[in-house]
Amino acid sequence: MENKWFTISVYSENNVGLLNRISGIFLKRHINIESLNVSKSEIDDVSKFTIVAHTTEKWVHNIVGQIEKQIEVIKAYYHTDDETIYQESALFKIASGLLFDERQIQNIIKDNNAQIVTVSRDFFVIAKSGRRSEIDEMHDQLKPYGIMQFVRSGRISVTKDEMKISSILKEF
Amino acid sequence: METVKEKKKGTDSKKTIKISGAEAIIHCLLAEGVETMYGYPGGAIMPVYDELYKFQDKLTHILTRHEQGATHAAQGYARVSGRVGVAIATSGPGATNLVTGLADAQIDSTPMVCITGQVTRQLLGTDAFQETDIIGISTPVTKWNYQITEASEIPEVMAKAFYIAKSGRPGPVLVDITKNAQIDAFDFSYEKCTGVRSYKPVPKPKMSAIQAAADLINSAKKPFIVWGQGVILGQAEQELKDLVEKTGIPAAWTIMGASALDTSHPLNVGMVGMHGNYGPNLMTNECDLLIAIGMRFDDRVTGRLEDYAKQAKVIHFEIDPAEVNKNVQADVAVLGNSKETLGLILPLLNENKHEDWHNGFKEKYKIEFDTIIKNDIHPTKEGLTMGEVIEEINLASNNKAVIVSDVGQHQMIACRYAKFSQSKSNITSGGLGTMGFALPAAIGAKMGAMDREVVAIIGDGGYQMTIQELGVIFQHNIPVKIVVLNNEHLGMVRQWQELFFEKRYASTVMVNPDFVKIAEGYSIEAKRISERKDLKSTIQEMMASDKPYFLEVKVEQEDNVFPMIPSGASVSEVRLK
Repeated sequence: MENKWFTISVYSENNVGLLNRISGIFLKRHINIESLNVSKSEIDDVSKFTIVAHTTEKWVHNIVGQIEKQIEVIKAYYHTDDETIYQESALFKIASGLLFDERQIQNIIKDNNAQIVTVSRDFFVIAKSGRRSEIDEMHDQLKPYGIMQFVRSGRISVTKDEMKISSILKEF
Repeated sequence: METVKEKKKGTDSKKTIKISGAEAIIHCLLAEGVETMYGYPGGAIMPVYDELYKFQDKLTHILTRHEQGATHAAQGYARVSGRVGVAIATSGPGATNLVTGLADAQIDSTPMVCITGQVTRQLLGTDAFQETDIIGISTPVTKWNYQITEASEIPEVMAKAFYIAKSGRPGPVLVDITKNAQIDAFDFSYEKCTGVRSYKPVPKPKMSAIQAAADLINSAKKPFIVWGQGVILGQAEQELKDLVEKTGIPAAWTIMGASALDTSHPLNVGMVGMHGNYGPNLMTNECDLLIAIGMRFDDRVTGRLEDYAKQAKVIHFEIDPAEVNKNVQADVAVLGNSKETLGLILPLLNENKHEDWHNGFKEKYKIEFDTIIKNDIHPTKEGLTMGEVIEEINLASNNKAVIVSDVGQHQMIACRYAKFSQSKSNITSGGLGTMGFALPAAIGAKMGAMDREVVAIIGDGGYQMTIQELGVIFQHNIPVKIVVLNNEHLGMVRQWQELFFEKRYASTVMVNPDFVKIAEGYSIEAKRISERKDLKSTIQEMMASDKPYFLEVKVEQEDNVFPMIPSGASVSEVRLK
């Protein structure tokens, strides 16, 4: 079975220690978490983990089964990339002088549909959302000019199909 | 809860009473029906021990000599009684010493609640004396764990702990309680937990799956049942027996499923797995339908997965959805509690007899008997074998004893040759293979079934891993029978070294102390035998004793356990020598 990218969505209670439990399931199987995001979900008081892993379907099935077994997990799903709409966000911190000295930077911002979040005397911050490849591309474009700081978020995603989490909650 | 109610009546009409967290813990335990617990005190759990002192007429606390012993005793207690075992320890090293028992209970699905003391809330994260992150450490080996930092959390968390430990597929739960939460007073009231929003312990059986399974069973020509501990945990022993008898399907068991069906039942064809019986292993790859009931296709059962029952359709009766299609792909998965699902399928099954197919098992048994079993239990050579010791215990106990085995050759021999006439009689460390399990587990087993004879079968290696628990047997005069099968080796590792490492016996020769003297040091009646002429009479004497009894049997030093499926080989490659 070939390795593929999978997005695992976990709906859970918001409890101390659950992240440790979930990450431990990957650790035990020696599978790397490529990205991880925790946020609130569409349901009040229910958290959502979005985890990206590069593995086989056999293992992602196993992992989701083990995640779902955790007491505080309500439901876990896994999806391939073409079953989801997904994005990441990145922030670039650049020295302010460059904005005026290097006109090309303004073009890069425009061409990439990025936004300037803040400008101060010493630095300015660009925000960019999109696919990993788009962010990487912009990173490559800015790199020659000097990036003071860079950070990229974990993947967030929604599925094309419905996740019947509300009805599952009613069953409990 | 009696005490609480009495106090309530005496004071006012409010539903709560103001007590310390430590006292609340005792009331929670009593409300959950706990009568016996095992543990070891220390600084961070002292307020609870102070309350245990006050409540000693209601709650028996057994001081084990090591916290690991407390967990295994709690496991033994749980496994024979079906109740939740309880172990308690202090923070730091007390807590870390529970880890092996937690891991054992997790992999063998044993209901257990462990309570640990923790440094006071304000000291968390300061590397305080005996502070350890036991929540972090125990997470992968617990079904659930929780750190209580405020007294008011105690009732709800304790109720949840017991509910989670025993419901669905059982498992160990650890509750870590900071010292301030034990000391602080709060308004206590207790309500048992009946559900947790995000936790569905038992999947609802689907009639469509039951029907599909019934159709496969009714049309199968060479069906074969392999059951596991799920039958015992689900209390489905009668349903299994009814199913086997109605359908005439030969049935074999995993080590954890042993004793769910009488060993002498004509359709009980023996044990599967690495050292299981010849027939069941071979026939796994000849059946046309494999019916797995409450078992999880451990690698010691399946051998090489790529060659496991590939010719057969597979039905998997299972309570834990994560086990379905984990190792073996099921054609039909029947989710639910085994008692319920087997009860539902029974009326849909046709009466049948699979005589020719069953005869195949009998033929294989004859081969195994002539080449292995005969020499194991009726040896003609000079030295004593482990098998003949087990056989004598069968005879002396009329197949009624609880057999608690440790890990290694003696364990395989005990599981192969012990005869069981009632359920919950084979207590062993199956999944984790924890040496040192048997002695403390036998203490718990005896206390969980005082009316039953409990015989611990232990090797000379594993015995010395928890030998200090003789102190518990001595102090409380617990009438367990301890049989050490001494071959002066770590026998199973030695066997592998002989077969797979060209007889390089690295660190497997044991230089042992005088075990009889050690037992006598604890005032336990003790005997050593090394000749066949003394075997029967000594075992009869041991079984007739109503006190603790230690028996060391000097057995052949270099005997091997066969049949054997070498690690990574297919069940078809089971070796008779």
